[in-house]
Amino acid sequence: MSQASIPPVPAAPNALQRFFDGDVWYSFRSSPVAMGAAVIALICVFCAVFAEFVAPHNPFDLATLELMDSRLPPAWMEGGSARYLLGTDDQGRDILSALMYGARISLFVGLASVLLSMVMGVGLGLLAGFVGGKVDALIMRVCDVMLSFPSILIALLIDGVGRAMFPNAHDTLAFLVLILAISLTGWVQYARTVRGTTMVERNKEYVQAARVIGVTPLRIMRRHVLPNVLGPVLVLATIQVASAIITEATLSFLGVGVPPTSPSLGTLIRVGNDFLFSGEWWITIWPGAMLVLIALSVNLLGDWLRDALNPRLR
Amino acid sequence: MLVFILRRLVQSLIVMLTVACVSFMLFQYVGDPVTNLLGQDATQEQREALRRDLGLDAPFPVQFARFVGNAVQGEFGLSLRQGRKVSDLIAERLPATLELALVAGLIALSVGIPLGVYAALRRGKASSQLLMMLSLLGVSLPTFLIGILLILVFAVWLKWLPSFGRGDVIALGSWTTGLLTADGLRHVLLPAITLSLFQLTLIMRLVRAEMLEVLRTDYIKFARARGLSNQAVYFGHALKNTLVPVITITGLQLGQLIAFAIITETVFQWPGMGLLFIQAVQFADIPVMAAYLCLISFIFVSINLLVDLLYFAVDPRLRTQGKAH
Repeated sequence: MSQASIPPVPAAPNALQRFFDGDVWYSFRSSPVAMGAAVIALICVFCAVFAEFVAPHNPFDLATLELMDSRLPPAWMEGGSARYLLGTDDQGRDILSALMYGARISLFVGLASVLLSMVMGVGLGLLAGFVGGKVDALIMRVCDVMLSFPSILIALLIDGVGRAMFPNAHDTLAFLVLILAISLTGWVQYARTVRGTTMVERNKEYVQAARVIGVTPLRIMRRHVLPNVLGPVLVLATIQVASAIITEATLSFLGVGVPPTSPSLGTLIRVGNDFLFSGEWWITIWPGAMLVLIALSVNLLGDWLRDALNPRLR
Repeated sequence: MLVFILRRLVQSLIVMLTVACVSFMLFQYVGDPVTNLLGQDATQEQREALRRDLGLDAPFPVQFARFVGNAVQGEFGLSLRQGRKVSDLIAERLPATLELALVAGLIALSVGIPLGVYAALRRGKASSQLLMMLSLLGVSLPTFLIGILLILVFAVWLKWLPSFGRGDVIALGSWTTGLLTADGLRHVLLPAITLSLFQLTLIMRLVRAEMLEVLRTDYIKFARARGLSNQAVYFGHALKNTLVPVITITGLQLGQLIAFAIITETVFQWPGMGLLFIQAVQFADIPVMAAYLCLISFIFVSINLLVDLLYFAVDPRLRTQGKAH
């Protein structure tokens, strides 16, 4: 009896528990759109990462390809085979499997370029907002010029220059040029956001206090200001993942993206486009649908995150 | 006011010079023009001679000034891939792109504004909700995918419209137009719709937001109190005031249309500047890339400048501010 009346002392909540008790998780649980989008995005990511184990066929294993099976329609259409759920392309590759391998490359390029542009943008934005003066003016003028041109044009240009500089580029180099081209167009958004928030944080008391006790500016930026500007950056990064994936697909579709040996979703659409007129729509429509599915679910997640992290909307 | 115009002019000039500098660096440091012209196995003397003839031995500022001088006259040298003058290539392709952008812009405006007004007036109703959902989808769909879908439905399945090329064109002097022949009009339809969809959704959402804003203001309430008909209030009073920002955004989007035409032109094999540029990127044809870059920036900068000046003309508040200074 006496034992039951004493409530057990709760253990200090660890980070994971705090997250699950917190507002963000609650708002996630109460938003069916966000949960649906997260489930779809997770399935896409899972299939992409574990393509070797999930995919029914290996589209790059030449030994298993049979030309007899080329251009088969999806399984439910006349002439379709149950072995190939979404049909096959001109070389007899299973489209469902090619989608999974393609999504892996699209996601890799998208995430890598967002990461790179985030590091560049946050760094330059912190610098501009914290130091101010001429440095700030210079960085912001560069931003203005970049913003007055559409990002796809800038990415194309950087890609073209990369091609001209390394005419016999190795495949890895082609990936690097592509990632660089996409991230060099994306950093501006981060820089502007971070600069704005930094200029507000710079004058707050905790920064003044840190200055007074002699913390170096670099350390103030990193340890004090940076954690406080990360909220908007996180939202921006989520939405940028979608736009980076679309930019990659567009460049690959235009024939200046990833090398043809490792086809992304955009490459698959480009290849399938040639068969549109002979009525084989599935070769190009499935990769397109996959692309829209990924972009839409990531965008919806980003929208939700913006609302969840914005205290003014609560 | 004069100060404002002058400041904007100087800013535009600086942007143009920056772009020219980038183009010049492309010419200078990416790929060696001498090797390109003579081939790999020319002797050292031949190289030196050509270098002198081309003026490549002059100091940097002199070469840059020469480049800008040539660029102003539209002279960008020879295309590395086709061996023709870049200015001729671009002059040939320019009408196609401009016509495409023009038709797309018209479609975006003439469909986007009515839809926006409709969505604002029917706020909260199922039809307007559906319209907003569709517009979200329109923003998420990449341009090239919209083009492929349109080709699949209207050219492959229904066989209503052609899906590539410009069709019959008429030459008016040096300008070729496809807008005066029935075949040309049929050809421009699908690419123009593809190109316009993104701007259309943008204009629609903008008009809706502005309209909702205006409908809340006092003068609308007053107009209603005077007993004006709904039609007079909506179109005579409200719409007029929503159009100022719409004009600005549309003007700025005209440049976007020309840039996004790159993708649309590739999908529909439309023989415009965008297709030329993509081929130049694929084959690292630096002179064409540099020329396209300069031309596109010129168009962008002039549009931005023009819109700023127009704003000045349209909004009287800005003018009085200028006088006070």
